Amino acid sequence: MISLRTRRRAINTFNLTMAVLMTVFGVFWLVWILWTTLRYGIGAIHLSLFTQDTPPPGSSGGGLRNAFVGSLILLGLAVVIGTPIGVLAGTWLAEFAARRKLGALVRFLNDILLSAPSIVIGLFAYSIVVDPSGHFSAFSGGVALALILIPVVVRTTDEMLRLVPGALREAAIALGTPYWKLVMRITWKAAASGILTGVLLGIARISGETAPLLFTALNNQFWSTDLSHPIANLPVVIFQFAMSPYRNWQQMAWAGAFVAIVFILLLSVVSRFILRRAKS
Amino acid sequence: MTPNTSPQHIWKPTPPAGDNEAFTAPHTSATVAPPVKISVRNLNFHYGRFHALKDISIDIPEKRVTAFIGPSGCGKSTLLRTFNRMFEIYPEQRADGQILVDGANILDSREDIARIRARIGMVFQKPTPFPMSIYENIAFGIRLYERLQKSEMDARVEQCLARAALWDEVKDKLHQSGTSLSGGQQQRLCIARAVAIKPEVILLDEPCSALDPISTARVEELLKELVREYTVVIVTHNMQQAARASDFTAFMYLGELVEFGNTPTIFTRPSRQQTEDYITGRFG
Repeated sequence: MISLRTRRRAINTFNLTMAVLMTVFGVFWLVWILWTTLRYGIGAIHLSLFTQDTPPPGSSGGGLRNAFVGSLILLGLAVVIGTPIGVLAGTWLAEFAARRKLGALVRFLNDILLSAPSIVIGLFAYSIVVDPSGHFSAFSGGVALALILIPVVVRTTDEMLRLVPGALREAAIALGTPYWKLVMRITWKAAASGILTGVLLGIARISGETAPLLFTALNNQFWSTDLSHPIANLPVVIFQFAMSPYRNWQQMAWAGAFVAIVFILLLSVVSRFILRRAKS
Repeated sequence: MTPNTSPQHIWKPTPPAGDNEAFTAPHTSATVAPPVKISVRNLNFHYGRFHALKDISIDIPEKRVTAFIGPSGCGKSTLLRTFNRMFEIYPEQRADGQILVDGANILDSREDIARIRARIGMVFQKPTPFPMSIYENIAFGIRLYERLQKSEMDARVEQCLARAALWDEVKDKLHQSGTSLSGGQQQRLCIARAVAIKPEVILLDEPCSALDPISTARVEELLKELVREYTVVIVTHNMQQAARASDFTAFMYLGELVEFGNTPTIFTRPSRQQTEDYITGRFG
């Protein structure tokens, strides 16, 4: 008969060891990815990466300025279109439809949208924006990304608002506060950091999306900030350059990938920081 | 069949007996029964199918502290929450009967519900400061009803915080978050917030159950101040608190009002066996 203490110790040691091993396993891939992109891309990482546009085939030099700026424009569009819709829809779910069947249905549909393949979203944006307008455009890319962002924002807004204690709502209602004012002045405020985090994580999610942009924003090898024309963007440029036969293009694709990962890493760190500061 | 289930029977606060000695509750030196502020008639309340309040009729005296006591689930909080129609935000909850405040039935009133709630303030079990500064916590409610100049608002906020015995502790940090205060301070902030919109009645739903004894004592002292101007109704688990802080006590059990009278009488010479058993700790 093994003593209880020995048994507990053995189980504890086993679980702890497994947990540490799995953590190392998970982090290992992240570090490997970062290391690989840095190793292959380091040759292309210098100032000109951010100051020059994508080079034509066969020429040397150039950078990814148009792709970076294009991606930021697309992300900006997606946030401008998606955040208000997502926050308002999430607010409706949490504050006005919490006990209704329709709310449960919308929440379910939103969860499906959350896991919808992004290429389907891209095709959808193609059919509602690109096809009627007759050409690819930055705007349609923004719409496609917004469609991916919206369910993320809806979900986090809904969840964060439902975390706000009911007692706080009752307290405001007891003062005679109208419900819209209660939502705008109190529950949004109580959930603000959570909602902001949701938006930031949503941006991180869409910043690497490639498939939906292939059907919408397409790509542009020149500098363009015109929303009604195709626009350069990082994911598609990485795709195109990585598949190309030119060494400097390949290297630039690696460098772009590295910058993209660092960007997402920073977003995640910032959102964690915001959450932590809100909690304390 | 208990007498109070008959619709005709209404518990009136028993006026004190001839000798003033027996009637030592604070601020109730008069020998006549005080005027009635809230008059409940044949009130029935349902949570879905559960019948939580059974034909309650009670008269809450004006500018006195009335305590509702009774074991968990007896309906004391439910009764309190009908007085400002708080139950209405939950669709499965329903109240039938009459609740007359100054003679007007608030249950089928055309009056704006916000106005009713402005007249009947409420403080909850757990302190519920809003996620804003101490100053804004008070100003928020005032702005719902009044447009004030900055200087007038400053004066009102100070006055309300002073009335809740909180001013000295927070005057140097009015713009810090309300949630940064201690539990007892937060509860007094909530009382100040309720007082700020000039209600006539203040309902307190176990306001001290999350507080330590010192904070509890401060809130009880505060009640004695508030009752000079407001009608106070307090739900409490704590019988000593009811005995210390209230003028009148209602004992409830299983959704029925068992006994209602002035506090010293309820605690020394209850007329019902159930009341005596509860206050002597034999059940509940």
